[in-house]
Amino acid sequence: MAGIEITELHKRFPDGTVAVEKLDLSMRDGELFVMLGPSGCGKTTTLRSIAGLERQTSGDIRIGHRLVNDLPPAERDIAMVFQFYALYPHLRAKDNIAFPLRAEGTPEAEVKERVAEAARMLRLEALLERRPNQLSGGEQQRVALARALIRQPLAFLMDEPLTNLDAELRADMRTSIKHLQQRLGTTMVYVTHDQLEAMSLGDRIAILNKGRLEQVGTPLEVYNRPASLFCAGFIGSPPMNLLPVEVSEGRLRTPGGLSLVPPGGLSTRQGLVAGVRPEQLEVTTPDAGDAVPARIVSEEVLGDEIIYVVSAGGADVRVRMPPTSRFGLDAPVGLRHTGSPPPVYDATSERLVA
Amino acid sequence: MALHIDETVAAEAGAGHADPPRGPQRRRRGTLRTWVEIVALAAIAVVMLFPVVWMLETSLKEGRDVYAVPAKILSFDVTLDHYKDVFVQRDGSGTSDLAVSFKNSIIVAGTSTLLATLLGVPAAWAYSRFRMKAKKDQLFFILSTRFMPPVVVVIPIFLMYRDLGLLNTKLGLILIYAAFNLPFTIWMMKGFVDEVPAEYEEAAMLDGYSRFEAFWRYTLPLLVPGIAATAVFALIFSWNEFVFAIFLTSSDSVRTAPPAIAGLIGGTTIDWGLVAASAMVFAAPVLLFAFLVRKHLVAGVTLGAVRR
Repeated sequence: MAGIEITELHKRFPDGTVAVEKLDLSMRDGELFVMLGPSGCGKTTTLRSIAGLERQTSGDIRIGHRLVNDLPPAERDIAMVFQFYALYPHLRAKDNIAFPLRAEGTPEAEVKERVAEAARMLRLEALLERRPNQLSGGEQQRVALARALIRQPLAFLMDEPLTNLDAELRADMRTSIKHLQQRLGTTMVYVTHDQLEAMSLGDRIAILNKGRLEQVGTPLEVYNRPASLFCAGFIGSPPMNLLPVEVSEGRLRTPGGLSLVPPGGLSTRQGLVAGVRPEQLEVTTPDAGDAVPARIVSEEVLGDEIIYVVSAGGADVRVRMPPTSRFGLDAPVGLRHTGSPPPVYDATSERLVA
Repeated sequence: MALHIDETVAAEAGAGHADPPRGPQRRRRGTLRTWVEIVALAAIAVVMLFPVVWMLETSLKEGRDVYAVPAKILSFDVTLDHYKDVFVQRDGSGTSDLAVSFKNSIIVAGTSTLLATLLGVPAAWAYSRFRMKAKKDQLFFILSTRFMPPVVVVIPIFLMYRDLGLLNTKLGLILIYAAFNLPFTIWMMKGFVDEVPAEYEEAAMLDGYSRFEAFWRYTLPLLVPGIAATAVFALIFSWNEFVFAIFLTSSDSVRTAPPAIAGLIGGTTIDWGLVAASAMVFAAPVLLFAFLVRKHLVAGVTLGAVRR
């Protein structure tokens, strides 16, 4: 087991595309580290560089203090799980799982034992004799996981392994992966574009955009204090309301008149954007204290909650309310801020200022 | 050979229509439609096959029956003399010139196809798997070498070959056919390689194999049907090629079958029986080959129509 250290990684493809501008990341030993970002942000290229499937243009990659820049994938002692499972179609499940061991020349008795162990861990015992085309997507991915963990590698690399599964199965597999990783205690680098997956799986999350690191932190850090406007818009569903504000009379004020408690240490007074989570706003009756007049534009009734889109002073904001709330469409309502001081961003640099 | 592929596709499409629809009314209409299709297809088949049948008949007729008016369609004496003449000298003094040209055709077509496949498959794999500078432009350039018909380029190639000493050699023909087949092989094989997920190779690489081993052990076996289809197309091109063959070769010992057969026509009398017999012998291997790999041919032709 080992941590992974990436310093000043830069990857430019021969066709001129720059996938990774400059990236420094440090994944701790035994951690489930998620790389999150939209497509084209460089997360998969970074993962493939760790695996050795791509050669970075410059920068260093260390797996457990060993510089692996010039090692071929086979010598890096890592296992990877792909989005398309990549099971060999002509091999039965058990032979697919045993494949990395046989490639290493492990004695057959040990291969059997370890296949049985991996199968038990992933509840695959009944499926071992089947070929990939006789397995469902979820089962195939479990076989792929078993194949990855059987060699007891230094680290697991997961390239959007759940993207091809349907939603219900995905939630199931998410739990199994997290559980498995905790049990094995092996470092895992997990790439996804799904913020929900990142939040639920990661010990820490790195958010990437346009080949650069936007933020790295625990799920709650990333959720509560996104480091940039990009992160603020990416994490959370629905995402943060990004409201232009000005400081006046010791409060943050939006053009719509909404008043927010300013965070400490705010030095500038203008060109600011406040990030307000939908659950930190409240729809009230129009006459409630310190509420600004607003109007319900639309509602999404999700069963466990209702998301209202509320128009206040020309800006639309999303508000998360309990399922018991009852406000009619187009009804005049009040809107107020209820939570702690919101993170505030500089509108030009798009970075967190307080 | 396009005829052959069309027929296979038409036959399959026809079979699709012939599925029995439910209900008596619709079944009657369905039957009528099937009959109309059968009649139409039969008519097309007759038109298409007539030249072949005529050629077959001519090759089997005695010399005098060939010129008979009205033509003897069924009542003629069958003889295999013309076929014997294709392979053996008339005076019985050994192999005929035609037989030598057939042997040349086999050598030239076979070797050039092998060469194009050996070079084209790895190239196609590389174009499919790697990101490279101006990949699209490179691929377009490769294809563009096929834009010009042979007649247009044959003069410059003749001059180059004269300087290189490749005129009137089998090697010269092999090289030019391989060069002409290479773009086609690369383009067609790239389609097949694209269909095989790169993840197989990458997983094998992480499991302890080198890139080449991973390609050799996992991707190549999955490409065999594609290689077969591509090679057949290349083989058919080389086998049928006429323009280069007639311009770049002059002696009977080097000449391939197409110009040799064409050379039979001319002079004062034309032995139509011999022409027909040699044409039949010439067509047989390609027909047989195409028949054997017809499924792959259709797969090759329709490749890329369905996205994964």
